[in-house]
Amino acid sequence: MNPPPAPPRLDTDALIDDRRTRIIVCCGSGGVGKTTAAAALGLRAAERGRHVVVLTVDPARRLAQSMGLTYLDNIPRPVDADFASGGSLHAMMLDMKRTFDEIVEAHADPDRAAQILANPFYQSLSSSFAGTQEYMAMEKLGQLHRTDEWDLIVVDTPPSRSALDFLDAPQRLGRFLDGKLIRLLTAPASPGRAYMKVLNAGFSIVTGTLTKVLGAQVLKDMQTFVTAFDTMFGGFRERAETTYRLLQTPGTAFIVVAAPEPDALREAAYFVERLAGERMPLAGLILNRVHIPVATRLSAARSLAAAETLESHETGNGAGPETDSVTGEPPRYTLAAGVLRLHAERMQLAARERRVAEHFTAAHPTVPVTQVVAQPEDVHDLEGLRTIGSSLASEPGFG
Amino acid sequence: MMRARDTDWEGVRLHVVTGKGGTGKTTVAAALALALARGGRKVLLIEVEGRQGIARLFDGPPLPYAERKIGLGLGADGRPGGDLYALAVDPEGALLDYLEMFYGMRHAGQALTRFGLVDFATTIAPGLSDVLRTGKATEATRRKARNGQEVYDAVVMDAPPTGRIGRFLNVSVEVSGLAKVGPVRNHADTVARVIRSPQTAVHFVTTLEEMPVQETLDGIAELRAMGGLQLGGVFINRVRPDGVPAADLAAAAAGHPDEAEIALGLKAAGLPDSQSLAAELSAELSAHARNVALQKRERQELAAAGQPAYELPDITDGIDLGGLYRLAEVLRAEGAA
Repeated sequence: MNPPPAPPRLDTDALIDDRRTRIIVCCGSGGVGKTTAAAALGLRAAERGRHVVVLTVDPARRLAQSMGLTYLDNIPRPVDADFASGGSLHAMMLDMKRTFDEIVEAHADPDRAAQILANPFYQSLSSSFAGTQEYMAMEKLGQLHRTDEWDLIVVDTPPSRSALDFLDAPQRLGRFLDGKLIRLLTAPASPGRAYMKVLNAGFSIVTGTLTKVLGAQVLKDMQTFVTAFDTMFGGFRERAETTYRLLQTPGTAFIVVAAPEPDALREAAYFVERLAGERMPLAGLILNRVHIPVATRLSAARSLAAAETLESHETGNGAGPETDSVTGEPPRYTLAAGVLRLHAERMQLAARERRVAEHFTAAHPTVPVTQVVAQPEDVHDLEGLRTIGSSLASEPGFG
Repeated sequence: MMRARDTDWEGVRLHVVTGKGGTGKTTVAAALALALARGGRKVLLIEVEGRQGIARLFDGPPLPYAERKIGLGLGADGRPGGDLYALAVDPEGALLDYLEMFYGMRHAGQALTRFGLVDFATTIAPGLSDVLRTGKATEATRRKARNGQEVYDAVVMDAPPTGRIGRFLNVSVEVSGLAKVGPVRNHADTVARVIRSPQTAVHFVTTLEEMPVQETLDGIAELRAMGGLQLGGVFINRVRPDGVPAADLAAAAAGHPDEAEIALGLKAAGLPDSQSLAAELSAELSAHARNVALQKRERQELAAAGQPAYELPDITDGIDLGGLYRLAEVLRAEGAA
């Protein structure tokens, strides 16, 4: 069977050099190196003359340190490097709770803001991970964009359970706003409204059950929260929709990051389909941590066969060994045999990675691909990010 | 004859498995469940994040919200293994269960779902969603048959990733912020009692790479600080063998692989162009040696956490059902199950 035609190459340098590119969103499942890719792209763009801010969510400590970020403070900090290009690089870590608090303080009068900030449901919502992080990342992205201080924003999406949560967060909020449930929960707090009309059998079961299961106090807290929040919901949704539309403009480029493994590429495929469905501009796929053997001309099978030949020499079953010209002893082939076995493994791993990548390309032949060669060690400093950036720009795609 | 204590986790009935994304958490949870399901035992493997990872591993259709038998555990001494069941928990299903079990109110629960309440409550208060999911796992752990015997000998939960595990298991505290008294609070307290009992252990899955190891150490420290939780094993996944003698590795890591000796070997093996091939293979060896050195450093860092460690080999051709049983065998041999 012939392999599928090679995918088009994702030219990340062309993307970051194009001044019309204003936002790059890196997405993908957890553990694939999204944050590293975002940071490497940001650094490379700055070194090529762009004024860049990298917005990261919950980065690994050492990666944050590699950009000089030591704590989370919600303010873009300049990365200490000399950009001969005239570009600049800032980086920030998202403080989800503070971002949320600031929105509340900015959009509600002081009394109401205090009431919201003290509500137990607000506290749970604003400090939890699921959903809020996605929503606040969108909010922060919108804020950074509105300041117009940077000409390129590189954002790394939260480590969601599913890559899709990022796009869903604003819509979910909107759904609640329009939902029957909000009307139900706010109704007792504003009697006389049309709520008599909706007080049918279903609703009384719901309120009854809620009281029984949650207890009257929880229900009351929930109602207070929803009532207090009601006036702000509109603004929330409006900004979420603005950011959503911003993401659909040609100035935005989505980059899906995946490791060459079935699970990560399955998520990547979902994401590619989803972005197309939402009419979000996809730039392409970064295959991260790809293993490429050096001695590709020596196949796994021949390498293993050669290792076996040497091992039989050692056990004395093969042809008589020559003598080492220096030591005068029979040469030990342990090293060569070991190296040949390692090479065979590398070739097998590379073949598996290629198969997995070809699966993706067969289903999505038009998605441009580039790859980053697996580094023997993790990124510690700007130099490490630079290496990844140049691997991104120079490695040919699969095929 | 069995030893008096034949595994490191005797007495543990709820195994919570966490790990950084991409380290193989679901694979290790499944292998552990297979290893625990020795002859005559019944084990339940629970997934809580709606990813259907278990169904994919076992090559089956998506799991419903129902306990289904998905295979046989790893056999021993010529006897077949016990029964392995699996369940995919979602907060809605768990809420319906909860309402039915404690209040006999399944229909009311369905009304809540219809009005979007479950979706709403779990969005504005993820702590509620967590308590529903952990609640299902603890319920299965405690469940007894008519004869008074526990239905499952062990329950393995493929839990959320390391970054979220503290919050996920801290159900009682998360919920107490929302509900000071009342039925939900009582439920959360019951769940917390099981999670904080000697019947439960929290295992960490990692690879020998810096970020996963750091997250594991952070996670262990976080759970220690929470207090009352039993920390389990550190499952080191995808360990690659050293492959060549230590002295050669050290030389290669320092940038001086013995290229001449490799060339000699290649020639003896009858490979053409042995000189230039040796140079290429030396470059591969150097990268490998640096990686082995990194693995060694990371292994030492993990050892400092003071939890029992289990090593699982890298399976180059990818994990299929056969690979899963191989990992289960390794876990059993190492005393994890």
